[in-house]
Amino acid sequence: MPKLTVDGIEVEVPAGATVLQACEAAGKEIPRFCYHERLSIAGNCRMCLVEVKPGPPKPQASCALPAADNQEVRTDSLLVKKAREGVMEFLLINHPLDCPICDQGGECDLQDQSVAYGRGNSRYDENKRAVTEKYMGPIVKTVMTRCIQCTRCVRFAEEVAGVEEIGAIYRGENMQITSYLEKAVSSELSGNVVDLCPVGALTSKPYAFEARPWELKKTAGIDVMDAVGTNIRIDARGRQVLRVLPRINDDVNEEWASDKTRHAVDGLIRRRLDKPFLRKDGKLVPVTWGEAFQAIANVKAGASVAAIAGDMLDCETMYAAKKLLGAMGSDLLEGRQTGLDYDCTNLAAVNFNSTIAGIETADAILIVGSNVRWEAPLVNTRIRKAVKAGAQVFVVGPEIDLTYKATWLGNDLSLLGNLPQEVKDAFTAAQRPALILGGGGLKAGAHGATLALVGPLGLIKENWNGYNVLHMAASRMGGLMLGYAQPGGIGAVAAKQPKLVFLLGADEVAEDRFAKSFKVYVGHHGDRGAAQADVILPAAAYTEKAGTYVNLEGRVQRSDRAVFAPGDAREDWAILRALSDVLGHTLPFDTFDALRAAMVADVPALGELGLATYDWAPPALDAAASGEIGYPIADFYLTNPIARASETMQRCSAELIHGESFAEAAE
Amino acid sequence: MSDVIAPLADKDRIFTNLYGFQPWNIDAAMKRGDWDNTKKLLEIGQDEIIEQIKASGLRGRGGAGFPTGMKWSFMPKESKDGRPSFLVINADESEPGSCKDREIVRHDPHKLLEGALIAGFAMRARAAYIYIRGEFIREAETLFAAVAEAYAKGFLGKNACGSGYDFDVFVHRGAGAYICGEETAQIESIEGKKGQPRLKPPFPAGVGLYGCPTTVNNVESIAVTPTILRRGASWFSSFGRENNKGTKLFQISGHVNKPCVVEETMSISFRELIDRHAGGIRGGWDNLLAVIPGGSSVPLVPAKEIMDAPMDFDGLRGLGSGLGTAAVIVMDKSTDIVRAISRISYFYKHESCGQCTPCREGTGWMWRVMERLREGNADISEIDMLQEVTKQVEGHTICALGDAAAWPIQGLIRHFRPEIERRIIEKQGNATLAVAAE
Repeated sequence: MPKLTVDGIEVEVPAGATVLQACEAAGKEIPRFCYHERLSIAGNCRMCLVEVKPGPPKPQASCALPAADNQEVRTDSLLVKKAREGVMEFLLINHPLDCPICDQGGECDLQDQSVAYGRGNSRYDENKRAVTEKYMGPIVKTVMTRCIQCTRCVRFAEEVAGVEEIGAIYRGENMQITSYLEKAVSSELSGNVVDLCPVGALTSKPYAFEARPWELKKTAGIDVMDAVGTNIRIDARGRQVLRVLPRINDDVNEEWASDKTRHAVDGLIRRRLDKPFLRKDGKLVPVTWGEAFQAIANVKAGASVAAIAGDMLDCETMYAAKKLLGAMGSDLLEGRQTGLDYDCTNLAAVNFNSTIAGIETADAILIVGSNVRWEAPLVNTRIRKAVKAGAQVFVVGPEIDLTYKATWLGNDLSLLGNLPQEVKDAFTAAQRPALILGGGGLKAGAHGATLALVGPLGLIKENWNGYNVLHMAASRMGGLMLGYAQPGGIGAVAAKQPKLVFLLGADEVAEDRFAKSFKVYVGHHGDRGAAQADVILPAAAYTEKAGTYVNLEGRVQRSDRAVFAPGDAREDWAILRALSDVLGHTLPFDTFDALRAAMVADVPALGELGLATYDWAPPALDAAASGEIGYPIADFYLTNPIARASETMQRCSAELIHGESFAEAAE
Repeated sequence: MSDVIAPLADKDRIFTNLYGFQPWNIDAAMKRGDWDNTKKLLEIGQDEIIEQIKASGLRGRGGAGFPTGMKWSFMPKESKDGRPSFLVINADESEPGSCKDREIVRHDPHKLLEGALIAGFAMRARAAYIYIRGEFIREAETLFAAVAEAYAKGFLGKNACGSGYDFDVFVHRGAGAYICGEETAQIESIEGKKGQPRLKPPFPAGVGLYGCPTTVNNVESIAVTPTILRRGASWFSSFGRENNKGTKLFQISGHVNKPCVVEETMSISFRELIDRHAGGIRGGWDNLLAVIPGGSSVPLVPAKEIMDAPMDFDGLRGLGSGLGTAAVIVMDKSTDIVRAISRISYFYKHESCGQCTPCREGTGWMWRVMERLREGNADISEIDMLQEVTKQVEGHTICALGDAAAWPIQGLIRHFRPEIERRIIEKQGNATLAVAAE
């Protein structure tokens, strides 16, 4: 614990801290461009210079200097001020004065810091440098003349995303940052370089010239594109969501977000269901809410009713539907649309128990049937961190590029009953062993086989449970807590041949599954669910309603409404409430708050933000498993109706998954 | 102004084949005394070798002049975590004016290889990497062949020279970047990365090549060690002034009658060095304008200050310059001194790695202003601005290239400001006339 003084203020910092961190501990703001808490230290922008005694008689880069006992640091001396002003001038001489047409304007580090350290006028009479634009894919727009070569993007790609595709070429003042061979960066995290870029060199291509940051209304939300529960900030102007940015949450997403989280939002204004529809003579025709409700009442389903929850649903909607079905006399609730039927009697046995942050500390990891990179990109970055810290990763499943070194054991579940010696050795030696069972593994029936490995692999230690199930749907854990799981899965529900089926944003249900039922689609996009529906009730997307979500590790989080749903569309719970009147089973809540209160009264865990506790009592299941694994996600960019409606996601899919090339418009 | 330093006698020369009058190969080298019972030198013991090098007063010959023995002593005496240690020998001689390592490598490579073994042994290194400049094609061929010869004779490799010590030497060819002569950039380059200097700390002695303890030494520093051990530290330290001991390869170029590379005692006066070995200044001593005494990165020294100055680290530092690599660039009065320094500025602009801001942006700016000053196409106030810009670069960069780019310009402004002003005034005078004529 070195003790040092910063501008006369005494501070004590943890061993291994840098002088910059010590200065921050002392409440001194240190300007910086290249330094970033979550990336390696480059020390190349030279903006964070401070004076340190003892040391050479010149300013030192505080970001790279280890704090040591008895250092005297000055951040306010004339020497420091001159040094920083000098660096700022150098940064500005070749930086274009195009702030009025730059998308970074208003949230630009260079702009902000030049207020403090810039000169009032320019002494630079020579020609400015111009750099040709680089192609970095459908997400990242480049204006490389603005680049200040901080190399944050290079370090992010290499260290966090695990794709060595961005780098610096040439040297000296000709140094340029580029994606190698100007190919699209093949990472599902490429959008993060836009946030990292301290200037306007890398900006968001879909958001180009859309808005200024001060025009936007910012709402704290939770992402529903996967089950990670990325904390997001929804930036909207008027009725439209213009962009989504990650919020910092070290337990969940750190400060990253996947490209789908960021850029699927342009799908929110396309293919929307904005009025009720009723199927007449095989064709869906617009009707009034009253007609639609009456058509549902006319089915006279009695207790023969089922509800299928979609992947992006909030807990409140699921609870309201559960209450409605309960009033009608049915408990046919299911959320696993594609037919999974794993045992859900114990929630801990289907939870990501090591937690997302915890998997970082694992030292031996066995992945069973999961393309983690696509199923949960931000869990994958954590595993990558663990690998960098020395963890060994073994995988059962088809070989893919996970961005880190992994030992591929093969693609047959029978391996689980007969693990190679090297796996056993690694797990015996491990302090924090972990197993991750993904969607592919669940589908192939590996639940029992992996639970049987808990003992032999020593997954449970003091303060450590290394048994993890990786879900892909944002609604999954919440749904399981609310009882949206039948023994036998959706197949068992279909076998009961319900007269009336509610598809609550459920777009992945096979069309022949409920061929004889009257299907009511409550959702927001004209996608597969709406196409097979007899009645469509237009509802709100995740940005248009408040809601509670439980992520794959059982973390209860809440999201706020950023904008209103378009046209006649209403919030899901309000639709169900209105319908309940017509069906003669009036639901006992008139406001969203009353609904939430009722839900929390029923399931108290949903009322406490943070990790829900599930008791570990795994069911006794058949440990035998065999057969091949197939990964469930065929196309990362098109996994849900919002993403499928998004132009950006369609283009990402075409270019990054299917290898199409797009000609840039001639300039 | 200083003690009279006697010139080096032939019997005391270390580099006896500097001019390539004899073959470089191992048989000829052994006749000259290289590889002569090297085992006995190794038997002196690792710590004792370092002590003797310390006692000899050898200072690094690559430019900075850090005491070599002390540098070696920073290396770990035993590996606590199983990491090996490495010696990197810097043969990336790219400093304008310097051409000594090239002579050693092509005419006396076995001195270098024997030195590599001894130095590597002393610092407990597992192997030496010789990083040779990309443009040295023939020299690299010679070096590869010399290494093969030494392996064939059993002088390198397993049980080197029968000493029981295993030591390998690898030759790595650079690709022609000046910055790869900086020790940490060189390490990056050997690792296969872009040659950009690393942040220090950690220093290479702690975390260097492939993350292992590493010492980077100049070719000349390594090549003189066998002779120092054979003839004794006191012999070596009998040359030169206090704190500036030994013999040194001077590389005299520019406006002298006979440019040459010559081994001379440290602290010899400039006048003696030039008269004795370079045939005097072109046009006589009155025609001398200025001298860059240590390669392009040190400030120039005007004629009257340098003439009788001792050529050593401390003597030249006293003149606001430095010995550097002892690449003496002599300029007579026919020189366009502003253009000369401007050309040096261009060199640094071209060779800046681009990693850190002051050097990346500053070198280009300085060169462009220098180009205008050369023509007088500037304002007098821009001289002060240029001076300020050099100060904004100096000391604010990761490596010393920023300093090296700033110093020549500072030297020029310090000593030749009237010349720069004259050009500006003349140009402005012409411009005024031209306007008047319209």
